[in-house]
Amino acid sequence: MLSPINISMESLNLMTLAPMLIPVVGALLILVIDIAKGGLHKSLYVVLSLLFLAMDFATVADSSGIFRANGTVMGVFDVMLIDGLAILSQFVIVGASMLFIPLAMTHKRFHEFSYPEFFALFLFMIAGFQFMVATDNLILVFVGLETSSLALYTLIAMHNRDKSFEAAVKYFTMGALAAGFFSFGAMVFYALTGSVEINKIALVLAANGYADIGFVLIGVAFLLAAFGFKLSLIPFHTWAPDVYEGASAAMAGYMSIVPKIAAFVVAMRLFEFLVHSNVVWLEMVLYAVVAITMTAANMWALVQTDVKRMLAYSSISHAGFVMAAVLIGTTQANSALFLYWILFSFTNLGSFSMLWMSRQKHLAEHQSSDHSYDKFAGMIKTAPVAALIMGLFMLSLAGVPPFALFWGKLYMISSAVTSGYTILALIMALNSAIAGYYYLKLIVYMFMKEPVLANGGEIYVSNATLALKTIIGIAAVGTIFAFVAINPLLEFITAFVYNSGY
Amino acid sequence: MLDHILSILIFFPAIAAVFGFMIQKDSIRAYGVSVAAIEFGLALWLWFAFDGTVSGMQFMENIPLVPSFGINYTLGVDGISLFIVILAAFFTMIGIASLTDTPNVKNMIITLLFLQMTMAGVFVALDAIVFYVFWELSLVPMLYIIGAWGGPLRIYASIKFFLYTFAGSLVMLVGMLFMAYFYYQAAGVWSFAILDWYRLILPENLQLWLFAAFFIGFAIKVPMFPFHTWLPYAHGQAPTIGSVILAAILLKMGTYAFIRFSLPLFPDAAAAFMVPIAIISIIMIIYTAMVAYAQKDVKQVVAYSSISHMGVIVLGTFALNVEGISGSIFLMIAHGVVSGALFLLVGVIYDRRHTKLMSEFGGLAHVMPRYATIFGIMLMASVGMPLTINFVGEFLSLLGFYQQSHTLTLLAGTAIIVGAIYMLTAYKKMFFGDVTKEENKNLPDVNKRELLALIPLSIITIWLGVYPKPVLGPINTSVESIVKLMHNKAQTELGKERIPDITKKRVLVIEKTVIEEEVH
Repeated sequence: MLSPINISMESLNLMTLAPMLIPVVGALLILVIDIAKGGLHKSLYVVLSLLFLAMDFATVADSSGIFRANGTVMGVFDVMLIDGLAILSQFVIVGASMLFIPLAMTHKRFHEFSYPEFFALFLFMIAGFQFMVATDNLILVFVGLETSSLALYTLIAMHNRDKSFEAAVKYFTMGALAAGFFSFGAMVFYALTGSVEINKIALVLAANGYADIGFVLIGVAFLLAAFGFKLSLIPFHTWAPDVYEGASAAMAGYMSIVPKIAAFVVAMRLFEFLVHSNVVWLEMVLYAVVAITMTAANMWALVQTDVKRMLAYSSISHAGFVMAAVLIGTTQANSALFLYWILFSFTNLGSFSMLWMSRQKHLAEHQSSDHSYDKFAGMIKTAPVAALIMGLFMLSLAGVPPFALFWGKLYMISSAVTSGYTILALIMALNSAIAGYYYLKLIVYMFMKEPVLANGGEIYVSNATLALKTIIGIAAVGTIFAFVAINPLLEFITAFVYNSGY
Repeated sequence: MLDHILSILIFFPAIAAVFGFMIQKDSIRAYGVSVAAIEFGLALWLWFAFDGTVSGMQFMENIPLVPSFGINYTLGVDGISLFIVILAAFFTMIGIASLTDTPNVKNMIITLLFLQMTMAGVFVALDAIVFYVFWELSLVPMLYIIGAWGGPLRIYASIKFFLYTFAGSLVMLVGMLFMAYFYYQAAGVWSFAILDWYRLILPENLQLWLFAAFFIGFAIKVPMFPFHTWLPYAHGQAPTIGSVILAAILLKMGTYAFIRFSLPLFPDAAAAFMVPIAIISIIMIIYTAMVAYAQKDVKQVVAYSSISHMGVIVLGTFALNVEGISGSIFLMIAHGVVSGALFLLVGVIYDRRHTKLMSEFGGLAHVMPRYATIFGIMLMASVGMPLTINFVGEFLSLLGFYQQSHTLTLLAGTAIIVGAIYMLTAYKKMFFGDVTKEENKNLPDVNKRELLALIPLSIITIWLGVYPKPVLGPINTSVESIVKLMHNKAQTELGKERIPDITKKRVLVIEKTVIEEEVH
């Protein structure tokens, strides 16, 4: 006879679930509205999503207040873990999503936005990411990962072009492989330690002094591969350029930011204790992966003929750059990761939105692909403001001061210097120089070449609406005036990272 | 207002440039000239208010930017930077005033005003990161000027220019981060303030590494042999205004940074690397002089001669004594004036004939006497004739280095002869003899607008050549304090030996008294 379980509701701390439940409720509401009255305009769903995301953001802000007062909060049988990392990454996830969703208000009509399911899936995906970062339970991480990934595959496919289907299937196949790797790695750790919670795994492993190092390494290898796929680290990056090319530009920009920050947080929780416990093999492998991802992705980006593919490789390179933080593993490095990613999300979302704004339905004769370089030739003459803004984003991505990303790079390289990774710091610095070339290439096309069509300026803003312009304006202002915000941002991030013990 | 004059100097042209977008494109030139003239007036006011007897920083400003990471917006000016700031304002003014008919003139003038912001910023920044921000930002307008208004190879040239400098400065950035970290270890707080770093004494092996990191960044900018290959392309393709600003101001950033960073931060390393750097400088002087001799294009001659003279500047800087460093700073200004003027002069003839090949000319002295005269004055200045501005700087630089090594100085001295050869040959080819080409027979002489730029430059060239004291005085005061600082910071035998202790009396003077005693 089992006795009835007696658990007080207070000890469950259900409020920890609130940030994830809000987008879920929102998604369900959108589905219900669609059932009750179909055929409503996309603007309704955009604004509804925005509202729910705003509520979500407010709830995260609320829990950040609780974290400041009481420290880390556990809830729901200690499965939920609301620490500084969880809160910071949720800020990034929800914030970037709020910047993304107005991009659906395009001037031209696109297939995917006419379905309310798009917005429902989008909100489900955000809930998935939030679950992923707000736990150290490997099973819940897995659930969050799969929820969000499955939603994301569908969102890509909904763009409804041949390349989008190809991209979605490619991403799905790779994602399935990664999921397999992840569950296998988690299984190994469970077999070794009898727990699926990262902090308990760390405790047990430390207690027995990494006796079964061989099995630990097998588990690490599988988990590293799984996160390699998610973070598009080389050699697991092959899907990224094709998927970015197939997805709509706005979605590609979104994919370069939000799924990655979620994966970074889990990688940080998982690998940090392993790196710190002198698992030398892991340190070497991570070092190699970081260095190769940065460098090789840069090389590939150099030879691209399409701006979107170039940006895809560049975001692989940026991911490698930021992965260095997980390798270095000091408080400064982890703070740098968040600082970098916040600044990166402004700049990168801005540059992808610029591409999105210039999306044509039909290719012009001189273009070989949607966003080939020569499409942008002579843009300063035909659409000067758009060219200036695009140039600004490129300079920021290249790390030219005082634009946003420079400060992220500065702090990240500094963290490498501080913890004795001198060679890594130099590799990071020189990679920024290599990357300068392909960002410059676009600037060269925009500012120094003659336009192919004399009066073709309108194609760069053919998709523009007030919503898109607002988002790009926010991104541009964030990029230019980042230097004002660095200090408060840095203090905020450092306090949160430090107080959660990373 | 005087308290914030440096900020005004930096941001006035930038704000003016932003407003410039609103101006109709036919009226933009007048706007550009007036903004640049106000800027130049402000720079002169700065000189007027500047106290030449004080060796330290003046007009300092300090606003915290990222205090938790030790980044502050700190500005200040001393005798070393004062005249380069004035020179930058001056060249922007005459550059815009003498701008010939350019397509998209509005974009050009707005870009030049932004460039003026970055140039002022580099020379008055006293925080390494603020310095770095302006240092890097200066690449962007220049990239645009070369790439959009340049010659046929302009895109290659502009990208090469950008990437070379960008790569070098990123290595320098790593060096800066190390410096800040060492300061953090010593003092417990982060700081990127240069004046804080001056107080930090590092062990010699660290100095060597950090010196190398900074050196790469600066040497590419100067540009020193073997990193100089971007410069001939940049000059060859850039429009006249681009070459003028590049030669007159942007190259000085590198040599200025040597004096601001490398010498006072790493005195032991500077002493240790003195001979290798001197050898590189001498290679740079002689090799580029020879290359200049082989050029067919008059602009390339000026470009290579410009590299050659930069070698003398670096040599003077690494003499590590007051004469050498003061001389090199004076030569920076002199070289700015003279090479800027030479590029303007090349631009004058290019506007008329659309070619820069010397074989296309000949006998121009008959057709354009005023042009030939001004060219002659600048050429004499460039080869270092006494009573011209360059002579003072070159003489002092070589005098300074003579105290360190006689042979190397002798070698460097020969470069002045080589310099005279190629410059005079170029002059002969272009101006003397008969007018061989039909097109050259009716070339108009320099017009009013060009004279507006060239006459002041000629006056400065001769005035400061005859009486350099107003400029040399404040420079000397600040340099003395830097040499004093370096001597006090030096720990190695070599460093103490090579960096003179200027508080003591000179050896030369002591010998004299000994002789006098024998006589008595």
